[in-house]
Amino acid sequence: MNSLIARAKELLEKKSVDVVIGYEAGPTGLARPAFITDPERADKLIYDEHCEQNLAVYLTKQEVKNFGRMGIVSALPVMRSIMMLISEKQIVPENIVVLGISAEGKLLDIADINVMRGYIEKSDLTNPDKFKTALAELNKLNQEERFAYWQKEFEKCIKCYACRQACPMCYCIRCSTEVNQPQWIPVQSNTHGNMEWHILRAMHLAGRCISCGECGRACPVGIPCHLLTMHLTDTVYDYFKVYAGTSENMNSVLSTYEPSDKESFIK
Amino acid sequence: MSDFEPKIVAFVCNWCTYAGADLTGTSRIKYSPSVKIIRFPCTGRIDFMLLLKAFANGADGIIVSGCHPNDCHYTSGNFHAKRRWIMFKELMDFMGIDMKRITFSWVSAAEGARWAEVVNETDARIRELGPYISYKEMVNRPLEEEVRNE
Repeated sequence: MNSLIARAKELLEKKSVDVVIGYEAGPTGLARPAFITDPERADKLIYDEHCEQNLAVYLTKQEVKNFGRMGIVSALPVMRSIMMLISEKQIVPENIVVLGISAEGKLLDIADINVMRGYIEKSDLTNPDKFKTALAELNKLNQEERFAYWQKEFEKCIKCYACRQACPMCYCIRCSTEVNQPQWIPVQSNTHGNMEWHILRAMHLAGRCISCGECGRACPVGIPCHLLTMHLTDTVYDYFKVYAGTSENMNSVLSTYEPSDKESFIK
Repeated sequence: MSDFEPKIVAFVCNWCTYAGADLTGTSRIKYSPSVKIIRFPCTGRIDFMLLLKAFANGADGIIVSGCHPNDCHYTSGNFHAKRRWIMFKELMDFMGIDMKRITFSWVSAAEGARWAEVVNETDARIRELGPYISYKEMVNRPLEEEVRNE
């Protein structure tokens, strides 16, 4: 990825950005996030198939914001997260420089937000193929089987909230899970409380999930919790014909409405 | 199952369905006593977590009801609620929670007879389905069992 390194170096040298958020090789051969402030260290940046983490999660963290202007290595999910964060007024576009990476792993020239919007619009916004089959399989089961399946999964949950931490859209300073008057989510980890947590999380991400699958990847016990939000992504598209993270001023699906919204179950 | 008396919790809005339920009473229309009505300022106020808490605390069925679209006291609360219930229903279906146990309806302040209909219809449906055993079993699972499984 020499072009990526050259671009990062150039940005840092010209002081267009104060930090470049990217990936570097970790001790185990996998990629880990890197925060590069010194142009000399830009050659540590890598981009390969291990670079899956959605780096947009760092854009809302105060300790990263303190650096100043941020350059960020972005594949499509990261770009969509950035769009979503801008439309939710969490970051200012002037503070972000996108070092776009195409699906083939080539450096893209994303000069500004309009170019990025154009690129996102041209891309495939449906859920990633590797998750589509799992979603279809689950949808084939009947109601009892699905209930049993999810119970089995939520039994494993240890309430570490890694799914929340890994998600770029879960940026609330005070999450409903920490509210204890009333106690929405039981503190201890039991199947029922775990399920309530995952329902809460999925509902709060409805219409905002950009299908990066980071929550499921972060889960230490392997709960496919990304399928819940991805299912809602499909639902949002079926009903309202929008995908999250396609424009910098899109309306939130659940806090807006159209009088013409159609459903068939409210009598 | 003949001695099964369903517990139905109704989440209703203050301005339409609650007033409608009042009218049912003043019109001397009888309806199933299995329903417990909880009054909210608006359907837009009904958090989906409240429905889950109702099931967790032993409800067998739930009714959610408010003003017809375009009749909301706060102009748009029920439109927001509609979008939320669309999402909620789809998610619950996906997770295998029995959506036959939840009735969503619009009942206006003038529809006293309709409220009785909605309650009776839900009551009959829940009686047929029986108690929500699978959910109750999950809620009441002893913690030791949970630990053993790990």
